Amino acid sequence: MDILQILSNTLAQILSPTTIGFVLAAIGLAVHFGFTGLLNMGVAGFMAVGAYGFAISILTFGLPWWLAALIGIGAAVVFALILGIPTLRLRGDYLSIVTIAAAEVVRLLFLTTAFKDVTGSADGLSGFHTGFRASNPLPQFSGNAGFGPWSYSRDQWWVIIIGVAVVIVTVLFVWALMRSPWGRVIKGIREDEDAVRALGKNVFSFKMQALVVGGVIIALGGIVTAMGTNVNPNVYVTSQTFYIWTALLLGGAATIFGPVLGAVLFWVVRAFLSNLLPALVNIGALPFLSGEQAQMLVFVLIGIALMLLVIFRPQGILGNRKELTFVK
Amino acid sequence: MSSDATAPVSRPKTTGLHVGDARPGVPKVDPIIVADGVRRQFGGLTAVDVEHVEIPRGAITALIGPNGAGKTTFFNLLTGFDKPNEGTWSFDGKSLSGVPAFRVARLGLVRTFQLTKALGLLTVLENMKLGATGQRGERFWSSFLPFAWRRQDAEIEAKARELLVKFKLDAKAPDFAASLSGGQRKLLEMARALMSEPKLVMLDEPMAGVNPALTQSLLDHILDLKDQGMTVLFVEHDMHMVRHIADWVIVMAEGRVVAEGPPDTVMKEQAVIDAYLGAHQDVDLGVVTGRVAGEHTTAEAELLEEIEVAADVEEGEA
Repeated sequence: MDILQILSNTLAQILSPTTIGFVLAAIGLAVHFGFTGLLNMGVAGFMAVGAYGFAISILTFGLPWWLAALIGIGAAVVFALILGIPTLRLRGDYLSIVTIAAAEVVRLLFLTTAFKDVTGSADGLSGFHTGFRASNPLPQFSGNAGFGPWSYSRDQWWVIIIGVAVVIVTVLFVWALMRSPWGRVIKGIREDEDAVRALGKNVFSFKMQALVVGGVIIALGGIVTAMGTNVNPNVYVTSQTFYIWTALLLGGAATIFGPVLGAVLFWVVRAFLSNLLPALVNIGALPFLSGEQAQMLVFVLIGIALMLLVIFRPQGILGNRKELTFVK
Repeated sequence: MSSDATAPVSRPKTTGLHVGDARPGVPKVDPIIVADGVRRQFGGLTAVDVEHVEIPRGAITALIGPNGAGKTTFFNLLTGFDKPNEGTWSFDGKSLSGVPAFRVARLGLVRTFQLTKALGLLTVLENMKLGATGQRGERFWSSFLPFAWRRQDAEIEAKARELLVKFKLDAKAPDFAASLSGGQRKLLEMARALMSEPKLVMLDEPMAGVNPALTQSLLDHILDLKDQGMTVLFVEHDMHMVRHIADWVIVMAEGRVVAEGPPDTVMKEQAVIDAYLGAHQDVDLGVVTGRVAGEHTTAEAELLEEIEVAADVEEGEA
């Protein structure tokens, strides 16, 4: 068992496009759930809308990558409006039911063979990275470059640079929003929307704005992920939504840096376990498991971690201890 | 009861509010709210069926009635939190039919809730600042431009702190509202409503669950509202409070307005006594049930008889 290799793989995961996509999705969910109290259970749907919007714009319509990214964002805005208009006037739980169903509808639409020419059906979409990679301003080099475990190819570095830049801008954006009077109304709505309504605020409009903002951030997560990898409908399943919830609750739902920390930690732990457990099986330390079962055990452990987290530290790692005293 | 120990100064009641005899639906000299034919049904149950009622401006009006009389429903209808099956009502001459709750509040009609709605995980100061209307920083795009709203926000904060001092909550300003006691939450909710400088304040059971020491200061706050030119409409079960501060009393029972008038006269009306206190209000239940020694007067004997008859009927059905 090569413990150094395991650690190296684990640390390399921190900057992978998937992790960066997760960070963005978790920030978007923090806007929805942590600050506004919207129970969005369709995170994977928003990511899929962003990713497919990006890939289809390039492949089918031949648009430049930056315009495709804007279209992915626009698709998320439309998706948020469609979900929000009928449900935001109702009680919070209805939104969660509608979003979970809508996310599945979106996934199945991308999966069905009816639109195979556009969506690629079960094969997903690939080969849309040419334009994005051509715009890479980094000097030419062959092979990998970097330091320590963070050694990537030129194309990968370009995704990482864009992804981290988007994360930084998003964090600043959310921070600016939440310290403003707008953020105060949003947090008030989380506590009690009738009280905020009685104070003359258009609650529906504020909730809609928050749903769109969070949805766009989640879609950005899907777009950044698509910039680094292929787009496949099997990624945007309901369990993806729950992983992002785990990441958010791990970091702290109503915090700015909580979702960032939570998403990175989630992937680090997941990468560590999925490297460590099969290795342990290989050296015979876990005689009751096969290699395949060891991979499955990772998800079992993640599920248990989510339960323990919600029970024993509902405010997350970065959450305010004072808040815990009053958790309803 | 340190500062409340002094005897309250009794303030003069506002009189001469109505035109003609005091009866249900009597026209007022200067009404701020006029409601006509407001009816709200929940399935087969008619919760509110108000033919005509006017709320006098610049006075304190109490809305009383037994549980289930439709007082809170009527409140919700007037403030846009619920929609009636039919009826029209206006505030300050502007029709409010179909106007959503947030817009009603912006017109200057703010309310509090029977079950206090303090925003728990916001600080007391944030709760207060949320009450101010017309904040530039609440618009999405300008929220990114602190120079556009910082000055206004500072003004709002100064006003909020001033009100907190008045309501003796200033020491609590940085704490979460969830850490306040029930009575303090009532105070916070009232103070928060005042941040928007309303014309009409509607209080749904402001005294429910408040201890006597705090009651006095709450009463004074309500009387202060009138002194500042605001109109107050409140729902209350505490008859002493109603008698003490209300200038006008509207009595509801089974969804209708059954009586109206100044507190001293209206509470003597038989319809009010029957509706509000029950026909047996002068009977000591302890004596009837035999738990307290006492003589059975005719009234008690009658009630006892009634109960026995009812019990027999029930047994017969079973």
